[in-house]
Amino acid sequence: MNAILNYLKELFGGIKTLLTGMKVTGYYFVHPKEIITQQYPENRKTLKMFDRFKGEVTMPHDENNQHKCTACGICEINCPNGSIEVISKQVEKADGKTKKELDVYIYKLSMCTFCGICIKVCPQDAITFSQGFEHAVFNKEKLIKTLNKPGSSLKEKVKEVKEVIE
Amino acid sequence: MEDIIINENQIKQEEYIVNMGPQHPSTHGVLRLKISLKGETVEHIEPHCGYIHRGIEKMCERLTYQQIIHLTDRLDYLSAHTNNEAVCLLVENALQIEVPERVKYIRTILDELTRLASHQLWWCAFGMDLGALTTYFYGLRDRELILDIFEETTGARLLQSFNTPGGLMNDIHPNFIKKVKEFIVHFRKKLPEYDELLTGNVILRERTNDIGLLTLEEAISYGVTGPSGRASGFACDVRKHHPYSAYDKVDFKEILYTKGDCFHRYKARVEEMWESMKIIEQLIDNIPEGDYAVKMKPIIKLPEGEYYQRVEAARGEFGVYVLSTGEKYPYRVKFRSPNFSNLSAINKLGAGHKIADLVAIGGSLDLVIPDIDR
Ligand code: SF4
Ligand code: SF4
Repeated sequence: MNAILNYLKELFGGIKTLLTGMKVTGYYFVHPKEIITQQYPENRKTLKMFDRFKGEVTMPHDENNQHKCTACGICEINCPNGSIEVISKQVEKADGKTKKELDVYIYKLSMCTFCGICIKVCPQDAITFSQGFEHAVFNKEKLIKTLNKPGSSLKEKVKEVKEVIE
Repeated sequence: MEDIIINENQIKQEEYIVNMGPQHPSTHGVLRLKISLKGETVEHIEPHCGYIHRGIEKMCERLTYQQIIHLTDRLDYLSAHTNNEAVCLLVENALQIEVPERVKYIRTILDELTRLASHQLWWCAFGMDLGALTTYFYGLRDRELILDIFEETTGARLLQSFNTPGGLMNDIHPNFIKKVKEFIVHFRKKLPEYDELLTGNVILRERTNDIGLLTLEEAISYGVTGPSGRASGFACDVRKHHPYSAYDKVDFKEILYTKGDCFHRYKARVEEMWESMKIIEQLIDNIPEGDYAVKMKPIIKLPEGEYYQRVEAARGEFGVYVLSTGEKYPYRVKFRSPNFSNLSAINKLGAGHKIADLVAIGGSLDLVIPDIDR
């Protein structure tokens, strides 16, 4: 007799716990809005990433196609994965002096681990992270990027302008 | 027709060896378990590691201390922030640098958020291991909110690399405090749902009660730490016994259970989520003003000697050992990863149970394989 009672108790107890769980799932069945997080890629047009999101390293250029990179190479030394290669060239200035300038800034996205060290150590703040995250390409070579735009040049530093004023 | 007479003694009871993994969904990664079976009962389990070995410890020997940090993310990727912190604390202690109070508070809050996110993911994966697919959506919904907080402040959802020797990479985002508070309010309402859905569920109870028993002595001798060890009564919470960052300023309970079966490991983690929320609530309103980092030399050199630092990651005690010869690179780095020790107990836990219970046992240990292989 006791065995049957126990059996029934366990049976109904079990069903009760299942119903408790189903109460929660039932609630969300009629309130689907509360369980959905994001509907990517349907929301692709309106999706805005956070400003600090580490998408890929980029070099911002201003309207005169000028960047701030002095080709010092600090970011290259500090990158743990060797994903940056700074190639500089010697340029002859109007006053006859030669000066080191940035020739090509190669960034290998495929080797970058988005640690952010390069951006932190850059003394000129010449590079930043952009927010794009859809990096998939069909060809590995496409992940090797040149960050300085063709024909770009070094922005005159604010400090130098100050000296002129003085 | 003649009856076939089977002589019981003629059937040789043979051990049957099967491989579980490396591509088995319930091993949560590329872990291979070689299982000797007798019928459906597990006789012996032999874990084979190394499928995702990347030689991180060796790589560290050619990296500066700042660069090492981004590799520790890739050990236990679900406690990335905590692992970062271990290396930073080691460097700071070795150089005897006192970081600002603000840094300590922010680190502790992020630690606990990491733990919450990790336990949430464990909860949904554990439910799914046992056949409750629904839990996956519910856990990920809440985890998403934490990941958004991380993304806004640190710039990454999973591998944050937000710590740096001497402080943090960046200050917290202006929205951080508001969002964390909103999350705590939200999650305090939602965590009881976890209990309703899974904890009381008769199927979960039947499949976890008395499965995979680990006694206190065994937990200590295998070095099982974290919630898995505490479920056996092993008081091993580094936050409580060797406080770092701001853990000495907060009041929280170390969750201890005694039985050490799968269900108690489950309970220990769910209870820890409540404690984590309590810790965050105590700190979030009192983040002191100040710098988010102290200025460090561009090249960090540790004085000659051996250093060890441990922190409490989501799965147990994570330790970093560094042998320095005074160079800018460490001479030797060794990580004490909690998952490796936790995995070592799996034969003890699984032997004698049915093969289906092995899934529950593996799930209750909450293994992250890249942390085992390094
Ligand atoms: S990006 Fe910055 S650190 Fe790198 S070479 Fe240019 S100026 Fe130097
Ligand atoms: S983010 Fe890190 S890995 Fe990527 S280029 Fe910069 S320093 Fe190198």
